Amino acid sequence: MKLSEIRDLLNARVIVGEDKLDVEITTAFGADLMSDVLSFARSGCLLITGLSNPQAVRTAYALDIAAILVCRGKSLTDKFIEIARELGIPILWTRFIMFESCGRLFQEGLTGCIRKTDGTEEKTIVR
Amino acid sequence: MSGDDLIESLEGIYHIQGRDFVDAGIVSSEVKKSLQGKGIPESIIRRIAVITFEAEINIISYAQQGTIQLFIEPDAVIIEANDMGPGIADIDLALQEGYSTADDSIRELGFGAGMGLCNIKKFSDIFELTSEVGQGTHLKSIVKLNG
Ligand SMILES: Nc1ncnc2c1ncn2[C@@H]1O[C@H](COP(=O)(O)OP(=O)(O)OP(=O)(O)O)[C@@H](O)[C@H]1O
Ligand SMILES: [Mg+2]
Repeated sequence: MKLSEIRDLLNARVIVGEDKLDVEITTAFGADLMSDVLSFARSGCLLITGLSNPQAVRTAYALDIAAILVCRGKSLTDKFIEIARELGIPILWTRFIMFESCGRLFQEGLTGCIRKTDGTEEKTIVR
Repeated sequence: MSGDDLIESLEGIYHIQGRDFVDAGIVSSEVKKSLQGKGIPESIIRRIAVITFEAEINIISYAQQGTIQLFIEPDAVIIEANDMGPGIADIDLALQEGYSTADDSIRELGFGAGMGLCNIKKFSDIFELTSEVGQGTHLKSIVKLNG
C-alpha cells in the first residue's frame, strides 16, 4: 500500500514527506511506548503512535521505519516536525484513534511487522 | 587489543546530561549518521542505533551524567556507555524483562517498560554490564561486522 493510500484511508494530513507518498508499505507496528517499538518493530514498517515527541521520530530513524502515522489527533510541536524533516521521516496525522487506524489499515491488507512477541506465529505467514 | 589501538578506533564521544529529556535520542541519531557511508550493512547500523538509544535513555533517566563512546574496529563496532549515577544494585534483576524503576517523567517520554537492557543484550554479540552502587554503571556492547 502506498503512503498516499494510507493518507486517503484515514483522512490523514501529510505533515512531512509530500515527496515520499509513493513509498510502498506492507507492515505496521502500533504503540505509544517507544521501549516496545525499539524491542519489536522492524525496518520498513509504518509506526502508528499517539506519541508525538522528538523521541518517536528518533526511534523511527534508529530502526529505519518507513513513516509515522500520528493518531488520535495528537498535537504536533514545531520541534517534532523539524526533526522529522531533518531525519527524513514522513509524518501523517489523523484524528482516528489507534484502534480504528490499525483496523482500517489491516482490513486493506497491512499486517503486523511481527505477529507475536515470541515469534511463534511467524511461520504461518504466507506472503 | 592495546589501549593505543582503542584510541585510534575512537569514532566519537558523546556527553550526556542526566534528566535532560529534550534532546533524548540525539546521540543515537548522530551515531547512526556517523556510521553511514562506511560500508557497514544497514541491519548492523540499526542494531547499533538501538543499542545506543537504549543506553542513552538509561543515562538520561537514571544517572547524573555520562558518556557514550563509539569505536569502529576492522571487525566490530564497540559502544561503551559510562555514567556517574546511583548504579544498579542487582544486575540480574535489572536485566529481567519488565523490571523498571522509571518514574512518570520517563514514561511520558515513551520509555520505562523494563525492556531496554534486554534489548541491548539481544542486539549485542558481546554484552558486559558492571556497576557500583553510588558510583555509576558501565556498559560495553560489541557488534561484530561479519555476522
Ligand atoms: N545507567 C543506569 N543507572 C542506574 N540504573 C539503571 C541504569 N540503567 C538501567 N537501570 C535500572 O535498570 C532498570 C531496567 O532498565 P531497562 O533499560 O531494562 O528498562 P527501563 O529503562 O526501566 O525501561 P525501557 O528501557 O524499556 O524504556 C531501570 O528501570 C533502572 O532501575
Ligand atoms: Mg531503559
